[in-house]
Parts: sequence; structure tokens; C-alpha cells
Amino acid sequence: MYRYFVSRLLMIIPTLFGVAVLTFVLLRLIPGDIVMLRYGTGALVSEDVLQAERARYGLDKPIYEQFISWLWGLVRGDLGVSMWTGKPVAYEVAIRLELTLQLAIMATLIAVALAIPLGTLAAVKQNTWVDYAVRVFSIAGLAMPSFWLGILMILFLLIFFRWSPPVVFTPLWQNPLANLTQLIWPALAVGYRYSAVSTRMMRSALLEVLREDYIRTARAKGLVEYLVIIRHGIRNALLPVVTVIGLEFAFLIGGLVVTEQVFNLNGLGKLIVDAISRRDYTMTQALIMLSAGVFVIVNFLLDICYMWLDPRIRYQ
Amino acid sequence: MLKRVVFLVLAALFLASCAPAAPSTPGQPSPAAQQPRYGGELVFAVDAEPPSLDAHRETTFAVIIPLAPFYSTLLKFDQYNYPKVVGDLAESWTVSSDGLVYEFKLRDGVKFHDGTPLTSRDVVATYNKIIFPPQGVISARKALYSAVESIEAPDSRTVRFRLKHPSASMLANFASGWNWIYKADIIEKDPRWYEKNVLGTGAFKFVEYVPGSHVVGKKNEDYFIKGRPYLDGFRAVFMTDRSAMVAALRSGQILINFRSVTPQERDDLVRALGNQVVVEESPWVCSQIVVLNNEKKPFDNPKVRQALTLAIDRWNGGQYLSQFTFLKYVGALMRPGSPFAMPESELEKIPGFWRDINKSREEAKRLLREAGVPEGFSFTLKNRNIEPYPSLGVFIIDQWRQVGLQVEHQLLETGPWTQDLRTGNFEAMLYFNCDFMDDPDLQLLGFLSPERSPVNYARYRDPVLDSLYDQQSRELDPEKRKQLVWQFERRAVGEMAYQLPALWWNRIVVRWAKVQGWRITPSHYINQDLVDVWLAQ
Amino acid sequence: MQTDLFQERALRRVARRQNIVVRFIRRYPLGAMGATVLLIFAFAAVFADQLAPYDPVANNFAVMFRPPGPQYLLGTDNFGRDVLSRIIFGSRTALLVAFTSSFVGATLGALLGVVSAYFGGRVDDLIQRVTDIILAFPLIILALAMVAALGTGTLNVIIAITIPMIPRVSRVIRASALALREMPFVEAARAIGASDVRIIFQHLLPNVVAPYLVMLTAFLGQAILLEASLSFLGLGVAEPTPAWGLMLRGAATQFAERAPWLALAPGIAISLAVFAFNLLGDALRDALDPRLRV
Repeated sequence: MYRYFVSRLLMIIPTLFGVAVLTFVLLRLIPGDIVMLRYGTGALVSEDVLQAERARYGLDKPIYEQFISWLWGLVRGDLGVSMWTGKPVAYEVAIRLELTLQLAIMATLIAVALAIPLGTLAAVKQNTWVDYAVRVFSIAGLAMPSFWLGILMILFLLIFFRWSPPVVFTPLWQNPLANLTQLIWPALAVGYRYSAVSTRMMRSALLEVLREDYIRTARAKGLVEYLVIIRHGIRNALLPVVTVIGLEFAFLIGGLVVTEQVFNLNGLGKLIVDAISRRDYTMTQALIMLSAGVFVIVNFLLDICYMWLDPRIRYQ
Repeated sequence: MLKRVVFLVLAALFLASCAPAAPSTPGQPSPAAQQPRYGGELVFAVDAEPPSLDAHRETTFAVIIPLAPFYSTLLKFDQYNYPKVVGDLAESWTVSSDGLVYEFKLRDGVKFHDGTPLTSRDVVATYNKIIFPPQGVISARKALYSAVESIEAPDSRTVRFRLKHPSASMLANFASGWNWIYKADIIEKDPRWYEKNVLGTGAFKFVEYVPGSHVVGKKNEDYFIKGRPYLDGFRAVFMTDRSAMVAALRSGQILINFRSVTPQERDDLVRALGNQVVVEESPWVCSQIVVLNNEKKPFDNPKVRQALTLAIDRWNGGQYLSQFTFLKYVGALMRPGSPFAMPESELEKIPGFWRDINKSREEAKRLLREAGVPEGFSFTLKNRNIEPYPSLGVFIIDQWRQVGLQVEHQLLETGPWTQDLRTGNFEAMLYFNCDFMDDPDLQLLGFLSPERSPVNYARYRDPVLDSLYDQQSRELDPEKRKQLVWQFERRAVGEMAYQLPALWWNRIVVRWAKVQGWRITPSHYINQDLVDVWLAQ
Repeated sequence: MQTDLFQERALRRVARRQNIVVRFIRRYPLGAMGATVLLIFAFAAVFADQLAPYDPVANNFAVMFRPPGPQYLLGTDNFGRDVLSRIIFGSRTALLVAFTSSFVGATLGALLGVVSAYFGGRVDDLIQRVTDIILAFPLIILALAMVAALGTGTLNVIIAITIPMIPRVSRVIRASALALREMPFVEAARAIGASDVRIIFQHLLPNVVAPYLVMLTAFLGQAILLEASLSFLGLGVAEPTPAWGLMLRGAATQFAERAPWLALAPGIAISLAVFAFNLLGDALRDALDPRLRV
């Protein structure tokens, strides 16, 4: 078990290194760098001034040199300085982390709150209209573009209630009401979408569990049906559902990209889109490394959990 | 809540050839007549985020609008009488009769927000940074001050500029909203300090800037005009998503978007809020231009270029596109309604601006045939992917289709678009021109030969235009200067059709009626110090 | 006699096929519903030139912002273009992007997965590490960066959607193929000296068709959504090309109040198509490979 743990841990390194290389190269393949973007148009700035400005960002050095110095910083835990604002990347991330994290947690909670009861209902009433309705509801969540849903939400609130969510983020501990009224809508838009996969997983996992012998035993000994489902069914069906939720949480930053845009939320998802379009290399690199890092670590933890739970993997 | 009559300031501005942009509203209750009220925080939206905090080096309104309230300039444009120039830090000024010496007397008792007094040394240091920037410091508008030879400070309240040759646009250039006066000690120590920090003499003191979110300022109790500002403070909120911005404007969370809203947004807001909001409109010192690559065949042929300009139905296009984009006014190189603009009667004579579109299209087809361009000739129009560029692209491509050209539309992000523009990697490209003032020195700069102008993206050389430019620039008599400007325009867009002006923008500002003391001007790069702004109950 | 026999066989085959269709409808009514919707979209895409009442790109300012009515069934947009015609032609763009990227993505993914599983060892390690790397990128961000690098336009959007799909498919296929590798028929093929290429193409690939089809349908819907999201961020196909995501981009934000039909029609078209693909995908999974989780 110890060996598996270590070898699995060591696999993270080449993956992250690969992500670093790919990000670095891909970004520099995008035409037009930050200097071009900031001073290229409108400004009466000549080519040699642009070159001088590039040198200041270190963009005039050979690409491998840029890469090594960035990677060395990364290893030391230094994410560098944003090319756009000139402030440390760590600071820029820190001021947005709370919002994104809270949104991600709220969306996940909503997804769970929808998925477990609905999935259970669908499984228990398999192949009835209830099952179909639940499946249609959850597949519809997957089918609707989340930005469209967001736009419809904003319009609906505005036209019928003449109300729009607050424009500036207030931390939860400062003013819970203002905070929640701002974040509940995007959380709903994202959470609904993310509930779809977990609902399906809940349904199929529970169906599998309900076919097991111990369920039959429980029923045979005269346990009330809803207790059978709650005590023996749901509990045993939760593992794959938790896995799916964990994986989705790790990927949530991708799901937030467009939604934060629609709701004008100053979070990491919006930041990454802005950073790419501003050609803020340091910021983009840091954010991609960060999200890839979260993903890789969550995956690692899930694997370890599985191994711990499932002895067959442990002794392989 | 006070109810107020909605007034739309419309074409009146546009019709008067030399009109000031400030709206005159006879018969309407004039807001100026009301007693200004102290207090309150003005919350407004900014559509983009500043790349740095130093206006000398940047070129986006996202620097001006949230940060101008912290600073003062030497002169400024009078919001009620644009383009009249009035003093800001300068109390008075004189210009020598030969037009070579400008001398400014500074106000007494002006203090920076750190408590130190402002002297002529600060002004000299600031203008040295703008006109003669040290190595490694970018000054985006340095070229506008090429006439300046030296800057002196004879005493602590006097600043003197000496010019190499007369320059008709000089005074307006000193009123530029970009030329914030910085503190000499700081610039001398670190000329880049102002990229990340704020320290000025403006009506508001800096409180905080949270990137991606907002900028906050609070009232400067020591401001050099007694009794100003009226506001306790302001909050500039960055809102890049338009629907979120409009929703916030509608629910009253933000009270104004100083840059502009689209006609559609204006209509929605007025429909929803009625007379709780006031709409002001003005022709904008911004225009959209089709840049043709004069180095590439067949665009090296003036006949082809003329055919392309003839094929565009500007008059109808402006009428329709103005219903859902900023694009509206038909004009050549000077903003319609500005002091040097051609009247419509003159404009109509230039090919491409004829009133009869059928005649124009026939002529376009004839020219294309003459130039040997085959029927269904195909090329690519490169365009930027933010509005109103794509809409204009769709329109122009459809116009060209009607004279038998097959044009492919390629949308690019700002970065690649800029790169292709500068390197000449295009056949036709949509470009824009947006400035803080109407002076021909600034407006015509993009049409000079590349040695003279880094912003001539059409890649042609024309000594005739260059010499016309110099003549008008040194001509101090406005009437004579106007004739020279028109001559320049007729050659650049008519006879030679190097670049094709498409349409000029219309600026639309919707504000909650309680926002008082602010007037629309033809540029969103000026008039943002918020000194006179106040909030009614 | 012979012809009769052939006829009979053909008839029986038709009957059997009908039977399958009927059984599929009975067992998977939702899947059948999805398939029907998709057939309609496919029909619209193929016969767009005949079906569309108007030219989808020509401007006609005389009729801008017409609400839905007898003349323009779904109304017109800001350039006076018929929305219905643009939806019809838009299904061509949507299905082209979806099918091309899913087909290429799923096929390359399947091939990689099978190769990885069959050879194992170093090859497997290498492919798995590369897969790990690409999987660590959020899908939309990778697509975003790729379009930014390649430039917008239909072909580039297809490429940007295809690449992130490959590793996702290869993971699933590899798992199925790993089990196959140990099967007696593969051992037997190897014993009689069949080449690696032959074993892969003749024995392994045909046996991963079920997960392949399931993945393919699952990605069809995702591709449409991804294309719409890219268009929304201004990085999709270019105007005036009729495309649903593009129609939503300007319309949904700008004209939602003045002309709500502009935001509703393409939004519904996208949701309906993705919905249909998902319903069909679910049914296919249940029918072909119920244990597969996508």
C-alpha cells in the first residue's frame, strides 16, 4: 500500500510538468502579445519602444530561458507578477478566491441537494412517469447552455421584480444577505447543470444496489420499504456519487468561466478568460497550473480513498 | 424622488456646423439653476479595466474614467461650451503673438493629497515625462507635442513652453484629459511609480483599487476650489458584461455609465424607467474606417479603392445601424458637427458620399470592370471581435456583395487584430479612430506617410497629403485652416480613396435624473474630474 | 425460386429491422424521442437550401426586428434576416461541427485507447501521461486557448473542440480494451501469428464499438454546447455565418427585451439538439453497454 501511494504520488510530477510545458508553449503560439495589445493601436508608439517594453517583461529572451525562470519561480512557490496589473499573481488570485470558492461550494451543495432525492426517486420509481420526468429534468440541465440560463434568469428578475443582483461582492461574514442574494443565482445556474450527472449516477448506482442480495434480505425480514432504501440503499449507492461530485468540484472552474462572465462576478473563472484575452502570460499560466493542480490532487485523493475502501486495489 | 422631464439632446448638435456640444435646453427646467446638494456617493460603471494607472502611457478610457477624479490637468475643456478651453491648475495664460511661447500662471495653494504643495516644478516634470520621456518610459501621445522645444519654470507659479514652430492645436493639447499632473519628486525618483500608485491634486482622494472589481475615492477636503466637490465620494465598478451593466443601471445600483450605452440599451432603460433617467447624446470623436492595404493587388489601384468606397451606402447604413450600434453619422475625416467638419452640401460631392446609391453602385461596377477586377472577386475583411466592429463588418460585406464582390469575414481578438494591422498582414481591415479632441492635427495624423505617422496602416506614401498637413497645422487663421483640411480630406478619401471612412459614432449617456452637474461632451476621454457633479435627493 | 428466396430474405431482414426499431421505441421511448428530433434537424441541415424561406445572410433593413408572424415565422433580426432561415442553416453549422469533431475525436481516441491497452508497457505509460496532461486542463479553457492560437472560423473551432475530446474517449476505450486483451480469441490470433495491426483492427476495434458509439453520442451534444460557449465568448465561427451560438451572442444580451424571439429561438434550438443527443446517448448506452458511465 505504501508503495502504491508513493508511486501514485510521483506520477503527479510529470503530469504537472507536462501541463506547464503545454501551457507555456500554447500561450506563446497565440498571436499578439501583451505589449502589442496595450500599445499597438491608437498609441503613437514606434516599434523600438514596443521592443523596449517587451524587454521589460522579459519577452525578448529565448523561450527556454523564459520557461526555466518561470518554472524555477513556480518550484519556489513564486507565481510571479501579473503582466497586466503589475501586482503579484498570488494577490490577484487571493482577492478572487473567496468568491469562486464560495460559488463552487454553493453550486455543489445545490447539485447534491437536487441529485440525491431526485436520483433516488427515479430509481425507486424506475420506468414510470416519475422516472422519465426526473431524467428529462436532469438532461435538460445538461442541454441548456449555462450562459443562456443565466441571461434568462437576469432578465426574468429584472422584468418581473425590477431587481438585479448586487454589483460588488460582499464577503459572507460581512453581510450574509447581500452575499447570498448575489451568489444564489449563478449558483443555481451552475448547480442545476452539475446536478444532472450526479442525478444519473445516483439513479443507476441505486438501481444496482437495489438488486443486491442484502436488500432482498432486508425486505424479507419485513423492514419498511423507505427504511430499506434509506438505510441500505442510499448509503451504499453514495460512493460513486461522491466520486462524481468530487471530480466535478475539481473541474468547476471550467464551468464557472462563462457563468461568472454573465453575472459579472469578479472570480477566477472570469479572470482566466480576461487573462487569456489580455495575453497576461504569468497570470494565465498560474491559473491553469492552479486548476490543473487541484484536479490532479483531487484525483489522487480519490484514488487513495478507493484503495483504502477497496482492498482488491490495495493488494494488486 | 424628484421627477424631471426627460430631454433628448439630438440632432441639434449635429446640424450646427460649429456647435458647442453642450446641450442648450430652452424651456426646460435647467438643472444648473438648481441649488447643488452636498453629500452622497456616486456609483458608476466602467466597461473595461485599466492596464495600469498611469494615463500618460495608456490609451484606454478605462484609465481615464475611474481615475481622473484623483488628478488635475493644466487646462481642461469646458463641459458646457466644448471645445472652449478653461483653466484647471492654470489660473491664467498668455500666448505670444508669433505663437511660439505659452506661459501659464498656476493657482495658489494647490496641495497634493499627501499635503505637499504643487509648484511649477511638478508641471515641468510631468510635461517632461510626456514630451521627453526617459529611456524605457512609454508616452502614448508624445507625437502631439513635437512642436515643443523646451519647458521652463521661471518661478514657482509660472510654467513656460517654447515652441519650434507655431501649432494651431497646442492649447487644446494642454487641455488633454490624459495629462494628469504628477509630483516631481516621485517622477524623478521612479518614473514608473504612477503605474501602480495614485497621488494627485484632484477633487477626490484615492481609497482603494480592487482589480477586477472597483475603484473608490473620497472627497478631498483640501481641494483648491472652495466648496467643491459636492460628492462625499465615488465608486467606479468594473462591469465588462453588458447585460449585467444594464441590469445594474436599471435597478439603480449604478447611476451612470459615462462612456456610452448602445441605442438598444437606451431604449430599454427609457422604457423601463421613464423620466427617472435622462438621456444625452452627442456625435462622438470616434469613427470606424476601412483600411485597405495599398501594397496589395488590386488595392494598389485607385479605381478599385474608389469602387469599394462607392459601394457603401453610408446614408442608409447610418440610419439603420444607429438603431442598434454606436454607428450613426456620415462624415469624412473630421467629426460631423465639429469646427473643421465639411458641411453636408460639400460632403455629398465626394465619391462614396453621393446621395444616390444606385448611381454610386453603377459607377463602382464600371470602375471595377475598368480595373480588370473579375465578377465575384473574392477577398477577406479582417475585423475585431467586439461590437460594433462585427455589425459594421456584416453590413459592409453585404454592401460589397451588391456590386458583385465576395468578401469573407474574419474576426480576430484584439491582439492578433493589432498585430496584423501593424504588420500589414491583411487585404482589408476594419479599424477605428477615437480621440479626445477634434483638432485636425490629431484627426489627420493617421493619413500621413508612414515615416511621419506610425498609425498609417494603409501603407501608402503621399507627399501631397504630408505637405497639406504641415500647412494646416501651422495656419493660425481658422478659416484658411479649414479650407486646407477640406483639401486634405477630398484627396485622402475621394480622389485617392486610400482609406474608407465608414461611419462616425454616436455617444449616448443615460444617467439617473438625480445625477447632476455633468454634461455630455463629444469625447469620453475628457470631463471626468467629477468636480461639479452632485446628487439630488 | 431463387428470386423468391432472396425476396423473402430481404423482407425478413426488413421486418427484423423494423422489429428492432419498434422494440427500441418501446424500450427506450425517451431515446426514440431524441432520435426523432435529431432526424428533423438532420433533414433541415441537408435540405436547408430548399427549406429556408429566405437568404440567411442578405441584409434587408426594411424588415428589421419583425416579430414572429405569417411572413416571418420566427421573426427577423437586427439586419432584417429571417430567423427561421438562419436556424435552418444554423443546424448545418451545428451538426457539421458536432459530427466532425465527435467523429474525429472519438475515432482517434478509440484508436489511441486500443493501442495503449494492446501494447501496454512504455507505449501505454507514454499515452497515459499525455492523456493525464490534457485531462488536467478544463475543457473550455483548452478550447479557448486553441481558438485564440489558431484564429476563429469553422475549421479552427472544430479542431479546438476535437483535441480535448480525444483523451476522454481514449481513457474509456482503453479500459474496455484492457479486458479484451486477455480474451482467448486475441491469444488465439496471436498464436497463429497475426500481426499487431491485424489484431488491433480485426479483433480489438470491432469489440469496442459499443463504448465508442456511446462516447460519440455523448460528445455530439457537448460539442454543440462548446461551440455555443465559444461563440458567446466571441471566439466561435464568424458572422454572417448562420450559427446558433453566434445568434445567441449578440441577440441574447442586446435585444432580449426588444426582440425576445432572437434570444429564444437559437437558445431553444441549441437546448433541443443537445437534449436530443443526450436522450439518444442515454438510450444507446442502456442498450449497448449499461455498465459504462460517461
